[in-house]
Amino acid sequence: MRNIWTIAMREFKVYFTSPIAYIVLAMFAVVFGYFFTSGLAFFMDYSASVQAQGGAGAPPLNVNQFVIEPSLGNMSIVLLFLMPMITMRLFAEEQRSGTIELLLTSPLQDYHIICGKWLGALLLYGCLLLVAVLNISVLFLYTTPDWKPLLVSLLGLLLMGGSMIAIGTFLSTLTRNQIVAGALTFGVLLLLWVLNWISSYETSTFSRVCEYLAISPHFEQFSKGVIELKDLLYYLSAISLGLFLSKRSLEALRWKA
Amino acid sequence: MIQVEGVTKRYGPKTAVSNISFEVERGEIVGFLGPNGAGKTTTMRILTGFLPPTLGTASVAGFDVGKSPIEVKRRIGYLPESPPLYPEMEVEDYLRFVAAIKRIPKKEIPRRVDAVLERTATGAVRDLLVGKLSKGYRQRVGLAQALIHGPEVLVLDEPTSGLDPKQIIEVRGLIRSLAGEHTILLSTHILPEVAGTCGRVIIINEGRIEASDTPENLTAQLQGANSLLLDIDGPSEAVRERLELDLAVRKVIEHEARNGRTVWRVEADKDENLTRRLAEAVVTSGWGLYGMQSLGLSLEDIFLKLTSDESAAAQAEEEVPEPEAAESDPPADEGSGSGEGEDE
Repeated sequence: MRNIWTIAMREFKVYFTSPIAYIVLAMFAVVFGYFFTSGLAFFMDYSASVQAQGGAGAPPLNVNQFVIEPSLGNMSIVLLFLMPMITMRLFAEEQRSGTIELLLTSPLQDYHIICGKWLGALLLYGCLLLVAVLNISVLFLYTTPDWKPLLVSLLGLLLMGGSMIAIGTFLSTLTRNQIVAGALTFGVLLLLWVLNWISSYETSTFSRVCEYLAISPHFEQFSKGVIELKDLLYYLSAISLGLFLSKRSLEALRWKA
Repeated sequence: MIQVEGVTKRYGPKTAVSNISFEVERGEIVGFLGPNGAGKTTTMRILTGFLPPTLGTASVAGFDVGKSPIEVKRRIGYLPESPPLYPEMEVEDYLRFVAAIKRIPKKEIPRRVDAVLERTATGAVRDLLVGKLSKGYRQRVGLAQALIHGPEVLVLDEPTSGLDPKQIIEVRGLIRSLAGEHTILLSTHILPEVAGTCGRVIIINEGRIEASDTPENLTAQLQGANSLLLDIDGPSEAVRERLELDLAVRKVIEHEARNGRTVWRVEADKDENLTRRLAEAVVTSGWGLYGMQSLGLSLEDIFLKLTSDESAAAQAEEEVPEPEAAESDPPADEGSGSGEGEDE
């Protein structure tokens, strides 16, 4: 565990000694801030009009449902663009600079290196979530959102992000070129993101499989505060698969190096 | 300490290393000498557990590289050809990180870092970013990295390539000072480098070991010496006496027995007519001459390759003024074309 942590902390610090962390955090803060503000504006406009129509007896509008849910739901679009930037360097950079030789000739198991790198990227992603939480916490000053579904959403986001990072980690082992790794990751994540679109027009087995494989629909229940086993399993298996493929790829790297 | 047995490494159809075997005893400094692309880096990568061999076994300190890689890696300090440095880290942080992944107990790390900083004379740059260091300092931080866990075996791949003459002398001095505590295997494609530092030299060319001896013997063998194998059917003592009669012959050694005959190895001064005279001598004595083979030639080829490599590089350096210790260190080699992975 200490080995994984050592690798993870180095990765995490590198993000902050290079411009990557700042660029990703700044971009995220702006885009998420925009999502959140527009969601809030819609909510205030809508609740004002409901009151104007004399809906005094109607139950108050749910801030979770109208502000938090959509803004966190939209986060997957932002992640689609930011995740490749976070993961592309993980192994590609080490291969380019030759430092992979240091890692692979140290008394470490492959999974120490892979999990360490994955965890390091996940920690940076955790910082992004923190920015989102910071935005949302403003709501607590003026109203009383339900915090339990919020926590479940955050767990869902962590799992979804973890899956994306695991996929990116694997793709980064495939090449010594960071741009190639980034482009591949973006392509794969984009495909996983749009994979369920076909199911709106078709109901064949193929489209149902596609829907299940798509990455964002599994977040829907989380965003409503519901943890479903199939969603949990989906994300956990995506993470395991990504890390497993990384390990295989690292072994192959040795054979062909 | 290091044992390599019948190791072969193929990259697809290309054979980088072909059935090589050698041993390195505890405390020895052994030089791996060969032109670029000879298989030096590949062999070192196999020893350090970076690459698995296609065939054969290698073991370090009694542990098999394939079966217990972790134990081997704990006992090896490895400096690859381009030092594996993270440019965005400070020297001290970098060494702490390396110490941690080499599994040094947390409490011991500061002490070890201080020790290697002192050992490699890099204390002055401990707070600098690795990316800002000069080539000489990078090499030393690379060495510090290899030394930090106090490994029994040091594997150094071209430790002086790309350095200027003054830095080369410093790094060589550093390596020599490490002898005794560590068993060292270093590679180079420069002949004088091994003469200055190594107790034994293994010459490798096109993936095969061509010779293994002390630098003095090798130089003697290479320069103006000639070595012949003679497969003769005749009474041993008489054959020996007759062969030794020739003025150019220095030494006659029984090489091996073959089909009831004896194969002799004759070491002699360089003499164009030697082969002819020896053949005549054997035949006129009434013995059977079943085979004759010159050994000197192939080594000479390599030697020529090595020296021409060096003189070309030395010329390219535009007569660098030779520093203080010039007697033992002829003009430095910039390592013609020392790019990454040139040995593949």
